[in-house]
Amino acid sequence: MYYLRSVLTIWEREVVRYTRDRYRIIPTIFQPIMFLIIFGAGLRGPLSSSNLGVDFVKFMYPGIIAMNVMGIAFFSSISTVWDREFGFLKEILVAPVERSAIVLGKALGATTIASTQALILLLIAPFIGLSIHPLIVLRLFLFMLLLSFAISGMSLVIASLMKTMESFGVVMQLFIFPMFFLSGAFFPLTSVPHWMAVLSRISPLTYGVDAARQIILGSQVDSGVIARLVIHPVYVDALFLVIFSLVTVSISVAAFNRKD
Amino acid sequence: MNIIEVKNLTKKYGDFTAVNGISFAVEKGEIFGFLGPNGAGKSTTIGMLSTLITVTAGRAKINNFDVAEETDEVRRSIGLVFQDPSLDDRLKARENLEFHARLYGLTKKEYKERVKEVLELVELWDRRENLVRSFSGGMKRRLEIARGLIHFPKLLFLDEPTLGLDPQTRAHIWEYILKLRESQQMTIFMTTHYMNEAEYCDRIAIIDQGEIVALDTPEKLKRKVGGDIVQLRSAEKDKLAAELKKRYRLKVKSEGEKLSIEVPDGEKFLPRLFNELDASIDAIELRKPTLEDVFLKLTGRKIREEEASAKDQMREAIRIRRRR
Repeated sequence: MYYLRSVLTIWEREVVRYTRDRYRIIPTIFQPIMFLIIFGAGLRGPLSSSNLGVDFVKFMYPGIIAMNVMGIAFFSSISTVWDREFGFLKEILVAPVERSAIVLGKALGATTIASTQALILLLIAPFIGLSIHPLIVLRLFLFMLLLSFAISGMSLVIASLMKTMESFGVVMQLFIFPMFFLSGAFFPLTSVPHWMAVLSRISPLTYGVDAARQIILGSQVDSGVIARLVIHPVYVDALFLVIFSLVTVSISVAAFNRKD
Repeated sequence: MNIIEVKNLTKKYGDFTAVNGISFAVEKGEIFGFLGPNGAGKSTTIGMLSTLITVTAGRAKINNFDVAEETDEVRRSIGLVFQDPSLDDRLKARENLEFHARLYGLTKKEYKERVKEVLELVELWDRRENLVRSFSGGMKRRLEIARGLIHFPKLLFLDEPTLGLDPQTRAHIWEYILKLRESQQMTIFMTTHYMNEAEYCDRIAIIDQGEIVALDTPEKLKRKVGGDIVQLRSAEKDKLAAELKKRYRLKVKSEGEKLSIEVPDGEKFLPRLFNELDASIDAIELRKPTLEDVFLKLTGRKIREEEASAKDQMREAIRIRRRR
């Protein structure tokens, strides 16, 4: 009982802090919309649907949602580094709280925040010409919960290695941007060079995009087209993310347990 | 009963020994202080006692619980006010306290009342709905003290409690601390490098380069230095010096224009000088020994920051880096 309450306490702080920071919320919605509009307008012509089998903006859309979810989940958990920089982490660590409760609380906080954002982005769907019915919303939401939990786990591992926020720029360049671009959000990964296929397989975002694309487009696009754009069935994507989550969360807990 | 028992406590960072086998005990209800320059090992010791830093060697027991084996019980027994501020700026004062209360297992009913109590104790109740970001340094420190008390700890750690605060705020904070000791028989373990702050302690351990060089009440420590210092100016300097040596068999030090002698109970001695000496005295100054003098005598160095030696500065730099 105490365990659950401590997870809840940590979770609540993450959510309250995020919702209070209005300056952070607006840009995070702005970015995906900008991607869709600019890339969409620019590449719609060159990448005509005769090649892809589907309108480019519709093709991008699920990936953009997944990328956005990843960005938010990642940034939420990186707050741990802020906590360390400003000393608040000590306050948490000196309390009689299980280290795993700390990790879970933070990961679930990031998950809540990021997945809620995905729902907001689904509102754009009609503007792109996609029809979204409740079942799709539900399935996507559930999958985004899984994706954000996995990303948050990864982010917490990185946070435990970062001593200051200054290393952040490095992390962004080395991890985040490559993951974004290799995820399959902007082009199908079904016919890329071997090295790219391998790299993309390591990134959790790839699986998130892959599943999101099937969930959102599955009922509205010819199944032959889908088959050519997609790498794994949704359940395989989910399985990868579950394993990824377990591994990263375990490493984070171990990192929190390792005291200086 | 001893609230803290420490035996041969050691902390090494690779080749660097931050704390070198110290031993001491603190009684319930005591105000116990660690006095020493930056980098001496004060914060590292608190780190080990508060379970934030692992112990390299030795043992420590808090409230009869071992810091290495019974970590959670130790954590429940202690309250900690860190040297660096550790509040969440983006939360309200009340929220910071409630967060703490919940992590320490208080039920909603329990903590609602308790938060009010501690906020009133430090006179921040009317600021409870304000974001901590808007608080001054003194207010933040008071809030942290309030926070440290929420879960009814037996022992309160204060790591440089008034560092960076102006004298008035410092005085106020000590008001609260002394009130605490009285009303709740709280044991207080503090570290400081301010000598006058150390005077509040019942007993002080002087720590230097990871070792305890002296441990006693402030009074007894100062008496170890010798006596009070009396400095005299006189037009008849040499005559005065000779008389002091002959009549009282004192060692007389000449420091430029002044003569300097050391006597126990300076206040009682001064009138005798005026009554019994022939040589004239133009000016006289009585200086009681301070803890700075004690430290200087024991280690050959000064505590104050401005005069920190290169070695002390290096220790401090290592400490700061390791703290991350």
